[in-house]
Amino acid sequence: MSNWIEACTFDDIDEEDVMRFDHAGRTFAIYRSPDDEFFATDGLCTHEHIHLADGLVMDEIIECPKHNGRFNYKTGEAKGAPVCVNLKTYPVKVEAGKVLIQLG
Amino acid sequence: MEKGMVIIGAGECGARAAFALRETGYDGPVTLIGTEKHLPYERPPLSKDAMVSEHHPLPRTIAEGTQFSEKRIDFIGDTTASAINRSEKNVVFEDGRTVEYDRLLLATGAIPRSLPQAAGSRYCVTLRSFDDALAIRAKFRPDARIVIVGGGFIGLELAASARRRGARVTVIEAQARIMMRGVPTEIAQVIDRRHREEGVTIRCDTGIVSIADNANNVAITLSTGDVIAADLAVIGIGASPVTGLAEAAGLETGNGIVVNEWLQTSDPDIFAAGDCCTFPLAIYGGRRVRLEAWRNAQEQGSLAARNMLGSLEPHQAVPWFWSDQYELGLQVAGLPDEGTQTICRQLDDGAFILFHLTDDGRLAAASGIGPGNAVAKDIRLAEMLISRGARPDPIQLAAPGVRLKSLLAA
Ligand SMILES: Cc1cc2nc3c(=O)[nH]c(=O)nc-3n(C[C@H](O)[C@H](O)[C@H](O)COP(=O)(O)OP(=O)(O)OC[C@H]3O[C@@H](n4cnc5c(N)ncnc54)[C@H](O)[C@@H]3O)c2cc1C
Ligand code: FES
Repeated sequence: MSNWIEACTFDDIDEEDVMRFDHAGRTFAIYRSPDDEFFATDGLCTHEHIHLADGLVMDEIIECPKHNGRFNYKTGEAKGAPVCVNLKTYPVKVEAGKVLIQLG
Repeated sequence: MEKGMVIIGAGECGARAAFALRETGYDGPVTLIGTEKHLPYERPPLSKDAMVSEHHPLPRTIAEGTQFSEKRIDFIGDTTASAINRSEKNVVFEDGRTVEYDRLLLATGAIPRSLPQAAGSRYCVTLRSFDDALAIRAKFRPDARIVIVGGGFIGLELAASARRRGARVTVIEAQARIMMRGVPTEIAQVIDRRHREEGVTIRCDTGIVSIADNANNVAITLSTGDVIAADLAVIGIGASPVTGLAEAAGLETGNGIVVNEWLQTSDPDIFAAGDCCTFPLAIYGGRRVRLEAWRNAQEQGSLAARNMLGSLEPHQAVPWFWSDQYELGLQVAGLPDEGTQTICRQLDDGAFILFHLTDDGRLAAASGIGPGNAVAKDIRLAEMLISRGARPDPIQLAAPGVRLKSLLAA
């Protein structure tokens, strides 16, 4: 199943930053890496369901704004206390300046 | 060798230390002993979610029981360590058992200070443990009269939670304003105003003269001469480090168990970390502090574990804590009292950040408040600037249009 959803445009997110994207009752986080690639994960921290889009992106890490739990947003891997459950990631592609994420 | 590593105190710090020993590759016996009967759990929710959650709360454990067994951590709950024999290098439990150690970590935390006037009262309680929280939660009913003695974090978070449960709340603070310790006036004002909007009565500059139980409630006589009745009074006037074991073992103590920058006590085989220890803060020229903050407990737990295994890395982290009251989130990085001038940066939605600079322009601390996590990202960036000893341009700090991240690159 290839259910590609338009999340935002290329310019909506600064380099090395993150944006919240809500769709169909769910919330996601869309990232633009320092080398201009796009990634997507579930939008809520696995520790206390906090919006990760309020957090800080450093290289390939998103840091949760609440208690500084860290994830690799490219792989979803939880990088240690207080987060121990990985984040779900989603495929992303950029077409004609639009950032699309694949749900399904 | 290979008597093993022993950790006394199974709170945030002790539990993190136990796992960190394994993460660092230690293969010998690890014993984690704690007075409480629960698996190690997080305390911050106790004054927040656990007070207001719809469902009956459960302790939010730091790890599942199976994770302790997988990592071969011998967790012994419901047991208190009663003595340390430094010459034999063993710890005696209250039931007479002993366990030997190569290295020992004291992570005994802190306990709430009590108010002499409240001694013996059935309606005066303190909050530290999950069981304390359950008892308090049961009293947070609509229209219950709740008095909070002490306008610090825990007291104010409880006040906010009690209001959300519909109770009537009075906060009594001995000093001229709430949150005198560690929080700048401008931020305390925002929180003060928010509580008053919610109908909380806050009485500053007010002492407690006496407390007397009635049949079903308690009468509290204030220094103003007023007497107020309460169905429950929570005493939140700070906490004292648990140092008894260390003292009895002849270790150096002051306001906490005294450790060096490696978190080592006056006995090189015994370490102390978390709320129970006083340590030198490298970023402030070795100023000695004791913190009661969750991230510090975690960081020091992990660091102590690595140093017990011989790595001897100095503690260098910037102090950091948060508090949640109503929809407001407060975060402070560094110690604001190290600053002599303050620069304010306004963010969206009424949020703001104060940057505390030293005379010579070094960023010493940053504190911020706003709805939800509005200040989180900038406080985190400020923390990085603080740890680098940066001297950011005050004009750029004040300009919301200048991204703090760009100052990091400078
Ligand atoms: C209600 C509440 C809310 C909080 N909210 C926040 C917050 O929002 N933000 C923040 O940054 N921090 C917060 N904190 C602070 C944070 O929880 C503490 O800094 C942290 O728990 C300290 O961890 P610790 O392991 O050093 O001590 P503790 O968590 O106190 O653990 C020490 C443990 O050692 C045990 N012990 C002591 N002596 C012995 C002995 N002889 N034998 C066996 N066991 C022993 C104790 O029973 C205890 O379980 C809060 C604390 C409380 C109580
Ligand atoms: S909510 Fe994300 S680390 Fe706690």
